[in-house]
Amino acid sequence: MIKTNKKIPKNIILSLENVSISYGTFEAVRNVFCNFKKGNITSLIGPSGCGKSTVLRSLNRMNDLIPNCSLKGTVLFDGTNIYDKRVDPVEVRRRIGMVFQQPNPFPKSIYENIAFGARINGFTGDMEELVESSLRKAALWDECKDKLNDSGYSLSGGQQQRLCIARTIAIEPEIILMDEPCSALDPISTLKIEETMHELKKNYTIIIVTHNMQQALRVSDMTAFFNAIEYEDGDGGKVGYLAEFNSTKKIFNSPKEKTTQEYISGKFG
Amino acid sequence: MEEKLTLFKNRKRFGIEKNIDIIFKNTALVLSSFVAIILLGIILVVFFQSFESFSRYGLKFLVTSEWNPVKDEYGAFTAIYGTLVTSFLSLLITIPLGVGTAIFITEDFVPKVFREILGSFVELLAAIPSVVLGLWAIFVMEPFFRAFFVFLHNFFGWIPLFSTEPTGRNSLLAILILVVMLLPIVTAIARDSLNQVPKKLRNAAYGIGASRWKTIFSVILPAALSGIMAGVLLALGRAMGETMAVTMIIGNSNAFSWSLLSPGYTISSMLANQFGEADGSQVSSLFYAAFVLMILSLVVNIFAQWLVKKFSLKY
Amino acid sequence: MNSLYYQKRLSRNIGDKFFTSLSVICALIAILPLIFLVTYILYKGGSQITPELFTLEPNPPGDDLDAGGINPALIGTLIITTIASIIAIPVGVGGGIYLAEYSKGGAFSRFIRFGVNVLAGVPSIIAGVFIYALIVSTKILFGSMYSGLAGGMALSILMLPTVIKTTDEGLKLVPNELRYASLGVGASMYTTILKVTLPSAFRSIATGVVLGIARAAGETAPLIFTALFSYYYITGFGDLFYEMGSLAVLIYNFALEPYDAQNKLAWAASFILVLSILSVNIFSRILAAFTEKTKRV
Repeated sequence: MIKTNKKIPKNIILSLENVSISYGTFEAVRNVFCNFKKGNITSLIGPSGCGKSTVLRSLNRMNDLIPNCSLKGTVLFDGTNIYDKRVDPVEVRRRIGMVFQQPNPFPKSIYENIAFGARINGFTGDMEELVESSLRKAALWDECKDKLNDSGYSLSGGQQQRLCIARTIAIEPEIILMDEPCSALDPISTLKIEETMHELKKNYTIIIVTHNMQQALRVSDMTAFFNAIEYEDGDGGKVGYLAEFNSTKKIFNSPKEKTTQEYISGKFG
Repeated sequence: MEEKLTLFKNRKRFGIEKNIDIIFKNTALVLSSFVAIILLGIILVVFFQSFESFSRYGLKFLVTSEWNPVKDEYGAFTAIYGTLVTSFLSLLITIPLGVGTAIFITEDFVPKVFREILGSFVELLAAIPSVVLGLWAIFVMEPFFRAFFVFLHNFFGWIPLFSTEPTGRNSLLAILILVVMLLPIVTAIARDSLNQVPKKLRNAAYGIGASRWKTIFSVILPAALSGIMAGVLLALGRAMGETMAVTMIIGNSNAFSWSLLSPGYTISSMLANQFGEADGSQVSSLFYAAFVLMILSLVVNIFAQWLVKKFSLKY
Repeated sequence: MNSLYYQKRLSRNIGDKFFTSLSVICALIAILPLIFLVTYILYKGGSQITPELFTLEPNPPGDDLDAGGINPALIGTLIITTIASIIAIPVGVGGGIYLAEYSKGGAFSRFIRFGVNVLAGVPSIIAGVFIYALIVSTKILFGSMYSGLAGGMALSILMLPTVIKTTDEGLKLVPNELRYASLGVGASMYTTILKVTLPSAFRSIATGVVLGIARAAGETAPLIFTALFSYYYITGFGDLFYEMGSLAVLIYNFALEPYDAQNKLAWAASFILVLSILSVNIFSRILAAFTEKTKRV
């Protein structure tokens, strides 16, 4: 195993070191340095096109599914660069789960939706217990305990999204990535999911991309503000970068950067 | 006001224009019902022409294999059996090959350009006339497989399917040329069905740490299954009705044999061979056989359509 | 904590490797013979092409070493496919117009659409059997039995579903706004269809129809006992009522002859048939891709 020479504090679970991500020749984000703390909820915010979702997807190598996507720099997780040639992306995704923008249950029963992930991760314990506890943690148990054999698609959008969260919890990842999990949901479902996240914080590290600044303020401990600037060579293309990273309180109350201030107050984005 | 109106002489819809509209609509209506008329016409004509033979032999026609114009005895068992065996066995080979190829085309094993070329190439092959495939089968495939068939017979001759000495054209060659014909159909439909599976399902599986093939087997294939099934059924219909390539290579013998290494017959090859020169009650018996073929392919076809409607999954 | 590193021995990794290789093998088994097939046909057939081929009549099989040409079959294919198109295109386009523009998704149109799919699945030889019973054996066409006309009719049955389907689907792609725009200025329904909807769907319908014609040109089964075959030049309009040769039936007949000269003619005819069908397909594909690109801009 390659451990890096640099000392990484013990409470840092995931660390980006000089990460740049490109799609083909188009550079989406440049030179990101960022440390995610264990047990925290970290929000990634910023205007569209700043590469925050790209960064999120790079954290468990979901970007591998996008043709031509390439990453420079290192993403350290558990002392290992997950972009090392020898790393198995499947293994990474088992320990860093992901919840997507659109609810995406499998066309199977609610029960199977949760059991499927657990089973492929080699779960040998009491499956019914796991299904119940995962659904409870995702605050969905009471709503669907009587219809576990119904299709996942029989649920409402908000419930589907919580089912997807439960499915991710069931594989017991160390980190849960959420890519705008509430953007397709109504306000009430959004609140429910935010409550769920507060519950989950006790056991998991959460990194969430959100367009909704109120949401970032409500749920997260840390906030990373991404912005996009035009290339120096000035052909009009934009590249994303990490503009400011601090505790959510500081970002929203006393941001250091002027652009952060402007974004927070709704001047652009 | 009045002056203005005169500028638009056609403003009022003349009776004649209204009539054209009605005539146009009704012409279209009549033309569209031609499909139904032709379809019913085919069924009725074939049925009535086969009536003489049907009333003479009844269902016995389906299970006896005597086909003797001299004695005026007709039974189509050999041809029906041949139709079913060649189409099912060829499908059995085609399904794994076609679906495997479709997966290869839809996954990212090789760059996209290459996959697209491969995909269009497969589609182009579906356009090659079957009579040309038959020609190729006679002059290229048959000599190519001759030694292999001898080997099959020598080592597996104890299995009834390979129990006869291979002598040129036979049922197994017909099955193989059917595989070549069906592969493009099954591959193209399977590829389309796989492509229609929403990306988010793949993401969902990858996001909880499923490996590529776990994702394919547990999520993607089940979601694409109804489409693939419908494609397979359409291919089955094609295989049963396929005439030229099969007629040219199957050997056309009405002597029943379990062995695939002996010459065989299918309903369509029997029609192709005998229809032009038949007379008397042989014609009616051929129509009877044609009727059986039509019913078989209608059932398969309608079942395929039903399957598409019933199981088009909603996400 | 297990390592993040890729472990070869894991059953899932072994399984993934295995199935990936399996699908590569499937693709190879599927593709290689097909590539071989096409190149062989083009090579073997192409090497038989001579100028005389296009001008001579075929000689009847026998000990004669010179097989002659395929002129009558070539012309016959053109004539028979033209007859089929003349029947199938108006009927199919008209029917498609009714389905797409007039029907309101009721029982009738559902039945017709179902019928179109069923008719598309009817074995091609059945179309031949049907025309044989209806026209050849009844000598209904001025007393003639086997004829190019009967062959064209049999082919038209095969083309009809394709033409209806492409028309129906092509028209359905035309945005409704366009229809409203025309109807909104007081145009009658038929003017709207003829002047607005049909022209804007023209390209996709034409592509589908041309592909249908190309497919019909290679069909053999419906012709072998409707048009039969002829060795002689087509000289006049009256020949429509007599046996007529076609490339497809020529290939079938001459492939089964024991003489090398005739076999060679079959290969040459295959070359011409495959080359023209493939080029029509490739051309329409390129045209379709081009249309899509220009539409997106």
